[in-house]
Amino acid sequence: MEKHCTESRVKGVSTGTTILAAVFDGGVVIGSDSRASMGEEYVSSKTINKVIQVHDRIFCCIAGSLADAQAITKAAKFHLSFHSVQMESPPRVMAAASVLKDLCYKNREELQAGFITAGWDKKNGPQVYVVALGGMLINQLVTIAGSGSTYIYGYIDAKYKPNMTKEECLQFATNALALAMGRDNVSGGVAHLVVVTEKGVEHVVVPGDKLPKFHDE
Amino acid sequence: MALANIFETPAPGFNFDNTARNAALNGLFDGGQTPKPLKTGTTIAGVVFKDGVVLGADTRATSGEVVADKMCAKIHYISPNIYCCGAGTAADTEKTTDLLSSNLTIYSLNSGRNPRVVMAVNILQDMLYRYHGQIGANLILGGVDCTGNHLYTVGPYGSVNKVPYLSMGSGDLAALGILEDGFKPDLELEPAKELVRAAIQAGIMNDLGSGNNIDICVITKQGVDYIRPYRESQYKDKRKTKYKYPPGATPILTEKVVPLKLEVVQETVQKMETA
Repeated sequence: MEKHCTESRVKGVSTGTTILAAVFDGGVVIGSDSRASMGEEYVSSKTINKVIQVHDRIFCCIAGSLADAQAITKAAKFHLSFHSVQMESPPRVMAAASVLKDLCYKNREELQAGFITAGWDKKNGPQVYVVALGGMLINQLVTIAGSGSTYIYGYIDAKYKPNMTKEECLQFATNALALAMGRDNVSGGVAHLVVVTEKGVEHVVVPGDKLPKFHDE
Repeated sequence: MALANIFETPAPGFNFDNTARNAALNGLFDGGQTPKPLKTGTTIAGVVFKDGVVLGADTRATSGEVVADKMCAKIHYISPNIYCCGAGTAADTEKTTDLLSSNLTIYSLNSGRNPRVVMAVNILQDMLYRYHGQIGANLILGGVDCTGNHLYTVGPYGSVNKVPYLSMGSGDLAALGILEDGFKPDLELEPAKELVRAAIQAGIMNDLGSGNNIDICVITKQGVDYIRPYRESQYKDKRKTKYKYPPGATPILTEKVVPLKLEVVQETVQKMETA
């Protein structure tokens, strides 16, 4: 197995990835690709799940070392569940993001994982937070992360509009993922999209061949 | 709260006591070669089929460039409905699966339930993550429980993935080619066994670290069929490997008997209370 990851900075399985989240009118869309790589040239899984549900209306996208990210989200799920039992109400999206930030910051020497937390809560409605590698926490309307995100900053800046409809936002997210997967070698597979609104959660999976194509493909 | 008698809560943080010891041992050898750990340069594979899970493995264990064990068992028992194939450092896979199996047995006895595959996976993930990759165990866990037929992979750093088919070890790429080509959802038993056999065979043929025989383990709701070996290597030698000699095979030339004189020094009597 060692031959697979010779020069990778992340030991073990990494999700060299594209993840994003965007707020629309009434909810959030969270999306990711589905490729897990070891080193720069071996795809260890084509169908990994990077959109993890940490509470009823709160989801997390993972990037970086798969082992670290899975361990952190497990701990986060437990903390949030305990917190919501104590408070007798669903946790705020901010709380979820803070739990992740705490774990990432306190162990920033050992961990190599970044997250996008997005969801809906009663007080502030739909929100998106990004928790970066060292433990920085920022609230944004739209955010992208992972190795594939570098290729779509222009697209996001140009095409995102606040208060889109659900369909517009879904199309925006699908296009963004398709563009990133088309240019980044460690992003690929299918596009996982989750739509979170007050009413509930909807999963949309777009297989690789149904993704929108751009020009010279 | 889960039954608390399984794991005692480990000390927080990572425990790297043994890395200091390993570094010290390295120093002792002073420029010479430290003994290489016994690795199972291996091909292991698993496939979910209609009625359960088929796991397969080769049987070669290597120590550097020498084949240390020609009939090594790489499919480990975890519980009556869960088996685990291990690749990586032989000692690590052996001990990790043994530990898991013991803990799950205690859990079964206490709770009166057969363990679920996902529970075994979670315990493994927690343990391997805690050791931050120092335990070199790449595991394929397969089993059947009340929620269905499951196949999981657990990496040495603690990453987990749930898959319908999978191969691991040094021969994984060769085996994966066969699996990618031949896998279909809801295979029948015989085609599934044949697919796994062909995958391990590809690993044996194309990887120096894999070889000898092929073991297959079929897990279904009805029970487990552990076929060892499923297919024997065509390169078996004719050595008997039986070295027992009957009494009298070695002639006795001379015999000398010296009686030992022993005397009683002290005698104590302890009465046992059986009231």
